[in-house]
Amino acid sequence: MGKMTLEDLKKLREEKRRDLQMRDTENKNIQIIVGMGTSGIAAGAKQTLDAFLDELSDQNLTNVAVKQTGSLGLDHAEPTVEVIMPDMPRVIYGRVDAEVARKIVRKHIIGKALLNGHIFDRPAADIVQGKSGKTEA
Amino acid sequence: MAFKQYILVCGGTGCESSNSGNLFKNLIREAEEAGVREDVQIVKTGCFGFCERGPIAKVLPDEAFYVDVKPEDAQEIISEHVVKGRAVERLLYKESESKEHARIDEISFYQKQFRVVLRNCGFINPESIDEYIARDGYAALGKVLSEMKPEDVIEELKAAGLRGRGGAGFPTWMKWNFTRQVESDVRYIVCNADEGDPGAYMDRSVLEGDPHTVLEAMTIAGYTIGAAQGYIYIRAEYPLAIERLKLAIAQAKEYGLLGEKILGSDFSFDIEIRLGAGAFVCGEETALLASIEGERGMPKPRPPFPSVKGLWGKPTVINNVETWANIPVIISRGSEWFARIGTETSKGTKVFALTGKINNSGLIEVPMGTSLRDIVYNIGGGIANGKKFKAVQTGGPSGGVITSDFLDTPIDYEHLQELGSIMGSGGMIVMDEDDCIVDVAKYYLGFTVDESCGKCAPCRVGGRKLYNILDRISRGQGSMEDIERIQTIGFSMQRASLCGLGQTAPNPVLSSYKYFQDEYLAHINEKRCPAGSCKELVTYHILPDKCIGCTLCARRCPVNAITGERKQTHVIDQDSCIKCGECYEVCKFSAVVRA
Repeated sequence: MGKMTLEDLKKLREEKRRDLQMRDTENKNIQIIVGMGTSGIAAGAKQTLDAFLDELSDQNLTNVAVKQTGSLGLDHAEPTVEVIMPDMPRVIYGRVDAEVARKIVRKHIIGKALLNGHIFDRPAADIVQGKSGKTEA
Repeated sequence: MAFKQYILVCGGTGCESSNSGNLFKNLIREAEEAGVREDVQIVKTGCFGFCERGPIAKVLPDEAFYVDVKPEDAQEIISEHVVKGRAVERLLYKESESKEHARIDEISFYQKQFRVVLRNCGFINPESIDEYIARDGYAALGKVLSEMKPEDVIEELKAAGLRGRGGAGFPTWMKWNFTRQVESDVRYIVCNADEGDPGAYMDRSVLEGDPHTVLEAMTIAGYTIGAAQGYIYIRAEYPLAIERLKLAIAQAKEYGLLGEKILGSDFSFDIEIRLGAGAFVCGEETALLASIEGERGMPKPRPPFPSVKGLWGKPTVINNVETWANIPVIISRGSEWFARIGTETSKGTKVFALTGKINNSGLIEVPMGTSLRDIVYNIGGGIANGKKFKAVQTGGPSGGVITSDFLDTPIDYEHLQELGSIMGSGGMIVMDEDDCIVDVAKYYLGFTVDESCGKCAPCRVGGRKLYNILDRISRGQGSMEDIERIQTIGFSMQRASLCGLGQTAPNPVLSSYKYFQDEYLAHINEKRCPAGSCKELVTYHILPDKCIGCTLCARRCPVNAITGERKQTHVIDQDSCIKCGECYEVCKFSAVVRA
């Protein structure tokens, strides 16, 4: 790149900012947690993860952190994804392929409505010790 | 395709020296082998500050905080965490045995901190100008060049209340304004990166972790006071900082953020690096300027101050690295935001290098006005090995000690001065009950005596005299007249020395005597060192009724001064004992006593 003007600088900043925002965990109040256990990966959790990142960047959402975790315990419904955000119940979605992932971003995160047909309960309270087991849903 | 995860590896000098460079290389290699190179960005950053547990690697956005990571651990981090999404439990930082693994924002080391100066350190790749720009880098420069007149910049700094972070706390706006108003065809900007206090590395970490912020700030100053040339004076013993500065200057020039007609404006500014040989006195501004000019680094009487007659006799603004690092933030976020941080007279934050007998040594940044107790106990995690807190030494060889009575004092320029210490550049050394105050004072004086340039007699002769007196006291040969002499010589040095080095050199002695008079007197009257560290005043004995004859001390003694048969009482031969204390440390039965 050659000498920059003020405009060039602003443009470059906008361009590069998105990359860094993905890294920043502050100011992110929404979390998407993808279950990346062996069964999750086998069922395509990687593609799901890619789809989330893609869609978030398409929709220009910067306050969402996409995290990975181990199995959420719902192996019959892999890939599974937990979505945590203000004003919405904590929800675990199952059978989330790339297409459903995009829907979750559009409907749940932007539209603030639950996505039918993919909500799965959390594991029963007596299995998860120390947690209330409440789904709040 | 965007990256899914980020591994930030600390590339500060502390972590580099414990092999973070190889960790970085291994992570990249492992990621390639596992086929996830496209999914995870591996970044080498500046210092995270938590140097106690380095090398440090942080995985985002999962906020896993790995400590003491070895190059061999790269394979597990990639195969477990990146590929399978499972954090590597054994490497996660645990605050204490009972606590769960901590997330970054839950670690008390970071909780009380507030990062302005270190905002980018440990987050961006210091070798990438793009990452700096993405974090609002050079936005302040753009704003200044397009919207602000030089007077506006001065007003903004005045409203922000920024004071010099090099030690004395002179208002930055005033310095700039003086320089601006002196009639001259040429003016200069200088960055003082000659950090020399023992145990201090604030400036080094800023330069290594976020070099562009200093370049941006100097350019803003150049525009404000009408200078076209800046110099960074840095000691040659900071090779990594120099390398990153050189790279940053080259990048900024390529982007047109340094050089001719910056950002399409009529303003031109250039920065060059000048290497110092590491003389402590060259941190003093007039000596520093002499050194840049190619002269021997010796101070000159002030006035004239550098703002009137500085580099090559021209008006010069000279600020410390940390001061520079504050400037872009003040411009881009506004003086109002900045002035809300800190106390009435001291605005903003201060970076400290916390070292000594403390659990979490490292680099910290706290708002002005934070109490010493918060720093030592919350951020620092308390005194190491369960020992008792004795004092904190601030301000390096120019500062003094603060005792436990003053732990709740808010830290700012005025309060520290009242206590007989100074802010200094930010070294903070914690002492415990095993540290002898006379010995500490002697150490600092030894440092300033070595580093005195010898130009003026009060410093050259006075320093040596003071040192000799302390040496006598620490060997049990002091007298009460020595105490008087300390006061007289100290007072003369403070008044008559040419520069800050000599004027402040007696501070460690005078302030430690003020608070630990008893300890000085014990050395003189009772020939006893209460902390048990002055070798001449200490003897070690073995208690016959406690010694079980395990032979451990005899085997450990480096001079074979301990004799005794197995399962028989051992004896220390006082003539050959060198009082290293090894037997005292290793005895499991408290049979070795120190008197």
